[in-house]
Formats: sequence, C-alpha cells, structure tokens
Amino acid sequence: MKEHETLEQRLHEQGVSRRSFLKFCAAMATMMALPPGSATAIAAALAKVKRPSVIWLSFQECTGCTESLTRSHSPTLESMIFDMVSLDYHHTLQAASGFAAEQAREDAMKEFNGKYLLLVDGSIPLKDGGVYSTIAGRTNLDLLEEAAKGAAAIVAVGSCAAFGGIPNANPNPTGAVAVSDIIKDKPIINISGCPPIPAVITGVLAHYLTFGALPALDNLGRPKAFYGETIHDRCYRRPMYEQGKFAKTFDDEGARNGWCLYELGCKGPTTHNACATTKWNGGTGFPIEAGHGCIGCSEPKFWDAGSFYAPLPAPAADVTTVAKAAVIAGAVAAVVAGAIDRGKKTKAQQSREKLTVDDLKGE
Amino acid sequence: MEQELLLWVRGTGLQIAAAVFVIGMVYRMLHILMLGRKKSLAAPRGSEWSGGLRTMWKRSFVTTKLSARGNFTVVAGFIFHIGFFITLFFLTQHIDLFRAVLGLHWPAMPRGVIDMAAVLSIAAMVALLVHRFIDPVKRLLSDYQDYLSWILSFLPLLTGFMLLREIGFEYITLLTMHIASVELLLVIAPFTKLAHMFSTFIARWYNGAVNGFKGIEI
Amino acid sequence: MSLDDISIKVADLHSIGSLDALLNEIASHLTRFIATGETAMIDLKSLPFSPAEYESLRTALGRGEVSARLETIGDSELYETHYSGVWWVTHYNVEGDVIADLIEIAEVPAILHSQPEDVRDGLERLQHTLSQTK
Ligand code: SF4
Repeated sequence: MKEHETLEQRLHEQGVSRRSFLKFCAAMATMMALPPGSATAIAAALAKVKRPSVIWLSFQECTGCTESLTRSHSPTLESMIFDMVSLDYHHTLQAASGFAAEQAREDAMKEFNGKYLLLVDGSIPLKDGGVYSTIAGRTNLDLLEEAAKGAAAIVAVGSCAAFGGIPNANPNPTGAVAVSDIIKDKPIINISGCPPIPAVITGVLAHYLTFGALPALDNLGRPKAFYGETIHDRCYRRPMYEQGKFAKTFDDEGARNGWCLYELGCKGPTTHNACATTKWNGGTGFPIEAGHGCIGCSEPKFWDAGSFYAPLPAPAADVTTVAKAAVIAGAVAAVVAGAIDRGKKTKAQQSREKLTVDDLKGE
Repeated sequence: MEQELLLWVRGTGLQIAAAVFVIGMVYRMLHILMLGRKKSLAAPRGSEWSGGLRTMWKRSFVTTKLSARGNFTVVAGFIFHIGFFITLFFLTQHIDLFRAVLGLHWPAMPRGVIDMAAVLSIAAMVALLVHRFIDPVKRLLSDYQDYLSWILSFLPLLTGFMLLREIGFEYITLLTMHIASVELLLVIAPFTKLAHMFSTFIARWYNGAVNGFKGIEI
Repeated sequence: MSLDDISIKVADLHSIGSLDALLNEIASHLTRFIATGETAMIDLKSLPFSPAEYESLRTALGRGEVSARLETIGDSELYETHYSGVWWVTHYNVEGDVIADLIEIAEVPAILHSQPEDVRDGLERLQHTLSQTK
C-alpha cells in the first residue's frame, strides 16, 4: 500500500480545475458552518493534506447512517469528499468481501498505525459475552478495542455509536453501549442523529482534514459548530411559539397555518442539532418544515423519553395510575389513623373519673 | 447527562413526587375531617351548610373586614396567590400537563397575561419577604417553616419565568430545574404549612359553619 | 379526491425580523467596502429563513445588470443584485441541489476571477499545442 498522495495532486490528476476546487471549498465552508470567507483558507489547507486512511466499523446498526452519508449531496461532491480520505475498510461499501476484506482492515491498521481515523456506526452489545453481534466470528467489542488502539481519533457516527441509540433503549436486551463507554483513552467525536445529517458527517471529516484536529466539542462530545444550538433556537416557527400559536392536531387550522408544533410533541427545545439550518435532502427542508415535530433523535435516550407525540411538559412515565393508587393509600392511612384516634378518645373518656357531688363536698 | 436528568424528573421523579403529594394530602385532609367536632346540642339558628360554603367562597376576596391583618399583607398576599393561580392553571404548557395527567383541558390565557401574572406574583413574594423581615411582629411570629414555604413556592415561579424567557441557562437546564423545583414543593407541601392549599378550605368551612349554626350573618 | 381538495394556504409574508437584520448587515458591509475595499460574504444557509422570507429577500434585493454562470461540478449562478456590489452567488451540485448560497459584497465574486493555477495550466496547454503545430 503506497503512502497517500495529497488531495491537490489527486484532483489535478483527475483534471479538476482550481475553480471547481474553490467552489467545493465554498460548499465545505457552508457545510462546516464556518465563516463563508474561509473558503480560500480551506482551499490552501486542503491542497496540502495527505489523504488519511479511514477504517469504518459497523456494529449493531441499521445501515441508515451509511445510507445517509452516501446520499450526501451529489455523487460528484460526495466522491470529492470521499476522495479526501482513503476509505480502506467499510464492509458495506467496499468491493472486497470475506477474508480479503478483513485483510484490508488489518493491512490498513498496520500500515497507518497511530494515524488512521476510525469511524464507527452502531452500538456495541456487551451482554452474554457480546454474542449478539459478530463479524467474521469476532465480537464487536473485540474488533472495536483492537481497531481503537492504533487510531488517531474515533468518530462515532449516529446516535447508536454515540449514545447507544435504539439498541440501548429499554429494556436493552443485548446490553448495548456507546463507543465512549468502552474506549476511554482516545479522542472521540460524537456525530449523533438517527441518522445524522450527511453534511455533518462530511463536514466533520473535512474539518479534521483541513485543520488536522477535531473541532470544538460540547459536553456530549458533539461538534459545537453543528450541535451548539437547539432546533428550537433556529426554528422558523419560533415566532409562533412566542406568540402562543400552537397547532393542536396535525390537521387543524393551526397546523395548516404553520403554527408551532410544541403541543404535538415537538422536542426541538431540548434537542441540539443543525437540522433547522443545514436541512435535509440537499437543503430541501427538515421535519418541522414538513409539519412534524422534532423527535429529538440526536440526544441520548431519545427513545425512552416518552411518546414522540406527547408535549414536553407531559410526564415521561405513567403518573395517573400512581396518583390513583396514592389516593387510595392516603385514604386508607387516614382511616387507620382516624380509628386509632377514636380508640384513644374512647379510652380517655372511659378512664376519666367522674366528678360527683361528694367530691365537691370533700374539698 | 442533562437528558437523563430531564428524563428522570419527567418520569420517576414525577411519579415519586405525585405519590408523596397525593398520599400526604389525602391523608392529612381526611384525617382532619375525621377528627370532626362534638355535636352541638343547642338548637340551630341557621344552616351550617350555607354558612360554611359562603365563607369558603367569600374569604377568597379582599374585603375591608380582613384589613385587621394589615392592608399590605392582605393585598400583596392576594396578588401573589392570584398570580400563582393564573400561571399554574392558564399557561399552555401547564394545561398540556393537566391534560396528560387528568385528561381534562381548558383554554389557555395569552402569553402577555401570563407574563404579567408571573411578574406581579414574583414581585409580591419578594415584597412580602422583605416585609416579614422588617415588621417586628411578623419577624417574631415567623419560624423556619415560613421561610421554607416561601422558598418552595418562589423557586417554581422564578424558574418557570426564566424558562419562558430562556434567561440564564439553556432551555433543557431550565426545564429540568423548573420541574425539579415543583417536585420539591409537591413532596414537602403536605407536611408543612403549605398544606393550607387544601386545609384552608376546611378551616373556612368550619368557621362559616359555626357561624351559620349560630345564625350569624357574615 | 382531487388536488383541489387539498387545502393549501399561502403563508403570510410578514417578516419575523431577520430580513431587516440581514439587509442592515449588507448595508454595513457595503459601507466598509466603499471605505476600505474589504469584501465580505454572508452564508444564507446558516440563517433560519422560512421559505416565504427567503422569497422576500429575493424581492428586496432584486436583480441588477450582470449575471454569470459557472459550469463546474454542477452549475453555479451568480448575479449582481439591484444594489451594485452586492452579488448573489448560488452553487448547485450536478443534481441541482443548492450546496452553497451566499451574498458576496465585492466588485466581482472571487470565484469568477481566473485562478493563477488554472492560468498556468492553460498556458502550458497552449504552448503544447503551439509546439505541435510548429
Ligand atoms: S416547532 Fe418545535 S422547534 Fe419549532 S418553535 Fe415550535 S417547539 Fe420550537
């Protein structure tokens, strides 16, 4: 395996003009939410970088994250981003299979030891020795620990890899955990979402390439540039929220007028992601624009946070039954206490000595 | 972490708080009622019921008769209670909660009204606290329960107002703080003076009933 | 059920304030550009516009005298707005999705300039051709 050439050489060989490259960098700047003027700086940096080796491990996942990524913008732009890295192992996308595929992974790990980028999607099952998900006869835990050793950094793609996601939801039958629950000694960047916005995945890759380091992260390990604000912060329906204009059902007058979806279960106020600005499907829109509230998929435990259609103030567990039982318990307690009181009263009355006329005379 | 905390206060925490509150309140109120009063052997000169109910209703308003307690205390107390009542029962988000728990709902009040009620209520509380410190009689009469009750009722109002305006912290942090403060109130209320939120009506009824029985017009 | 049965309402076009803010920003960039020659860019994708507001921005800026088109990894559309020096630059990918949407305050958008690298390449090619025809 030869040492990877620089991106500029590679693009030049392919006959990509400098202007195309600049346009690509402008798109990159938009994608990374950097100031638009930085396109030139990005171009200068990208021209010089060596394409890093990337190993992508897929564990307990639905392939939605890979689907999301491979749908990122046009084939051309996406291929340019992929051109920036050398994807040496991805068992869904690579042509090789079987032993050859596993060989490619091992080769890359040896050759670029300490330098490759490890991308992971899916959670890792730990229960019963990790038997619930294996690749080539090895458990996910085993593969992850081995691959993490030589990685420069790990990118956890999707809510499953970042926080455990759906496999980790109650009752978590496979004992699924996130990458960060296992690997403690490597920089980990979480790109959460179910799936994450494709532009965010590529944007983070581009950032790593451009600046040679991971972007600034929030306290959950997510890049601040994309997860720094909530959906609610940037939602175009926000003025409706402030004015108290809430749609009550999905087909009422309010819903048709584009009113706020808070009462229909929108989790936008507690969800950090870039959907409201970066948008989906090549910038066409995002769920709230399509009339559905945010389900909070980029936050930990989103699957256990009560119904997607229950408004945020509604309890996340059954309080009504608890309250009903409590009424009975309280009443029983009171009746018991009342009976004890009455017992005491009667006893006190009985033990009271009657005052007689003779007593008074005796005084 | 934040999400987990929020989930806890919206789930298990709320269940615990609701259970303690309901058990505590039902127990204390029924207990009071069961204590009862000795049957009066005198001939009634009026109805206990009409007297009791009338007093329960009438005492909800500021009247000149009450000013023996001091006009400031009565008026500020009234403002606080009404403001608290309006924000509690007429903010959209709260109605969402009642609908989810009780299955009942009613129209909300506009945000401007709620905002005003909350601000007035908070101001009244602060004024009452200051007055409690300044007024020698009140200061002498106050014990730790009074200050505890003040804090427990003030926190939900304050965090709720901050949440509506997103002041100081992120929405998710404010929401967690707000719910947690309410749960604290729920858990402690039945066992302190705050139980007056229900017992006050019993007390008024007894007062009114005694007067009604004796035929006193109030 | 026909298409007409699906009720469609035109959202009201009232501004939520961000349009005014953006126009003010453009004005202040223009002032600086006149004074110091410093160019600027605004990334429209980072702003939370409703579709209606986006349209009102188009109306507000209008179209000026110059427009240009790039054909590279998809099209790019550039035109000077009604306000000279304020350019609207939209990059599309091959599928026609918007990949970058910018307001640029400059004499000419930077990407329209011929790039030195490309010029050098071009010269090489030209010399190559000339050497063959000699
Ligand atoms: S739709 Fe959701 S994100 Fe948008 S303003 Fe309403 S609550 Fe906030």
